[in-house]
Amino acid sequence: MTWTWFHRLGSPPYVYALAARLTPWFAWPAALLIAAGLWGGLVLAPPDYQQGDGFRIIYVHAPSAWMSLMVYMTMAVAAAIGLVWRIKVGHAVAAACAPIGASFTFAALVTGALWGEPMWGTYWEWDPRLTSELILLFLYLGYMGLRAGLEDTQRADRASGLLAVAGVVNVPIIHYSVTWWNSLHQAPSVMQLGKPTMPPAMLVPLLMMLAGFTLYFAAVLLVRLRGEVLSRERAASWIHEVLKA
Amino acid sequence: MSGRAPSAAGALARAATVEEGGAGTLGLDATAALRAAWLALLRDLTLAFRKRGQLIQPLAFFAMVTMLFPLAISPELARLRALAPGVLWVAALLASLLALEFLFRDDAYDGTLEQYALSGQSLTWLMFAKTAAHWLLTGLPLALMAPLAALSLGVSVSALPGIVASVTVGSVTLSLIGSIGAALTLGIKRSGALLSLLTLPLSLPVLIFGARATELAINGASLLAPLELLAALAVLGVTLAPLAAAAAVRISLE
Amino acid sequence: MPNESLEVENLHLWRGDRHVLKGVGFSLAEGACLEVTGVNGSGKTTLLRTLCGLMYPEEGRVRWRGRDVRGDLRAFHAALAYLGHEPPLKADLSARENLHFWIGVRRRVSSAELDEVLARVGARAWCERLVRTLSAGQKRRVALAGLALLAVPLWLLDEPTTNLDAEGRRLVGSLIAEQLARGGTVVAAVHQELPAEVRGAQRLELTA
Repeated sequence: MTWTWFHRLGSPPYVYALAARLTPWFAWPAALLIAAGLWGGLVLAPPDYQQGDGFRIIYVHAPSAWMSLMVYMTMAVAAAIGLVWRIKVGHAVAAACAPIGASFTFAALVTGALWGEPMWGTYWEWDPRLTSELILLFLYLGYMGLRAGLEDTQRADRASGLLAVAGVVNVPIIHYSVTWWNSLHQAPSVMQLGKPTMPPAMLVPLLMMLAGFTLYFAAVLLVRLRGEVLSRERAASWIHEVLKA
Repeated sequence: MSGRAPSAAGALARAATVEEGGAGTLGLDATAALRAAWLALLRDLTLAFRKRGQLIQPLAFFAMVTMLFPLAISPELARLRALAPGVLWVAALLASLLALEFLFRDDAYDGTLEQYALSGQSLTWLMFAKTAAHWLLTGLPLALMAPLAALSLGVSVSALPGIVASVTVGSVTLSLIGSIGAALTLGIKRSGALLSLLTLPLSLPVLIFGARATELAINGASLLAPLELLAALAVLGVTLAPLAAAAAVRISLE
Repeated sequence: MPNESLEVENLHLWRGDRHVLKGVGFSLAEGACLEVTGVNGSGKTTLLRTLCGLMYPEEGRVRWRGRDVRGDLRAFHAALAYLGHEPPLKADLSARENLHFWIGVRRRVSSAELDEVLARVGARAWCERLVRTLSAGQKRRVALAGLALLAVPLWLLDEPTTNLDAEGRRLVGSLIAEQLARGGTVVAAVHQELPAEVRGAQRLELTA
């Protein structure tokens, strides 16, 4: 029975309908969690003894950075499914993920820069995590650029899928080499608050933001996925049925 | 098999044995793949030497980029020496990128790449052969030119062997990573910028380790650690990149 | 009952929104030839490329000698020769060198065999010249020489008589006839008919 469920996920009409049904289940909890997390983090949590109120940007920065990586993984896995088993929905998911991931990466970079200014007096430091985020942004841009450069959707799917998988293999290598490079040149302190040392009042809102962002990603993905499916299947007959209803 | 009329011409009569023999005439799969790869390598080298003029281009580009820095910054050798690792590697990376566009372009255009994909031989080995030819024609000459560029940036002679070693090993990986990007962007018009966008992030580890190796060489220290890392990347590249490039070529032929 | 060598079932292929192959199917015995006709854009090239395994159909199957080609694509490729619209030749090599590399990648080929086949296609006089100096018809002849040299049972030809004069067309006809006589199978996409030397070809017409 589980196998039929998996097979049905490969069918565009089924996915289209399922995505519509599931979206509110992700969207509302996401909104609630983010609202609660922001309230907890921006208002309720006490100021950090070192950074004062400036640390609060972590409530947007950390989840964004985390999501930027998670979305890339999702994109690569979906693309791999599309490549290996030739399931078109996999490619549609990957295509839908990319702009979301790129936005998260951009948000992480901007919030990172905004955090850096009051902390070190400069908007940009070549610290390993920000640098890795920047490289990740280029990986996303490359993926989207390759898609845009290939007119044939099928070839665009498969080529960018291969790129995403190659990128995933490289991400650990790139991260390691950037960390190594940074350690050689003794750049100033990293901007992270060690999670284990965070008191619950600070940690709980952070976890809520993280969960909220994840659900938000799922909701936006489902909406974008429907758009992707519509655009790819526009010549198919089931579209007319659905749009009439 | 029945119903076959005997052929007059000798070569065409061999068709009978080939039909039945099939893989038999090709011998073991591995030997056949190596032979095919060797021929592909020879062919690319032969073709390159017929257009010898084009071989100079990446090297000239490398020299020019290196020259930009003294002109843009300062002619003081002491300052240039401090910048030399970065300048050399950025120039090598850009020159290598420039040469990548031509790796598959002609073959895709005249249909020979398609014949490789249909040859019944391992496309991975054929991609390895093409990338090897590309490295012999661009990467290796770059590595041999790097000492000259280094000298022009005030680097002492004692550092040169280390520089040659690191650029030699690093350029292998650059060619391999680049082959994937080149295969993915086959047929896209004016793909230079996209090719760079795809290849550069993946090449960053080579840049980082290579520049570090060069820096150590200039300071007279042992550059074994980054050199070993470069070698590890090269080995990883040799194992995985031709496979990815072959997959990318098949995708572009679809 | 002769063995069925090439069987094609219900091929469907979409390129983007276009339904290019709409349930194409046929069956060829050993020694049989299929002539594929259709207007420009009806999918002749797509059909040939799908038969090769270069393109992947959404539905349908290709079977060679009873086995699905997807099972061992490489072995299938070793048994076929595909000639597309353009002869697959490097402009900076001579005709002879081109054949040496093209065929050599697939099987050992001796100098004597090269000489023989180049003479057969009438290329002896100009086989040492660079291909960039040759006319379109001469390049086509070199491609045919390659075809003959490959000595494989299945030929997939995309408009094999393009750019050839009457004598060239006769050459194509006799090469195909010999291939069929040996028990080989030929699928050829054509605009007009195949040369008269090829007798008894099945016909498949593709509609746009």
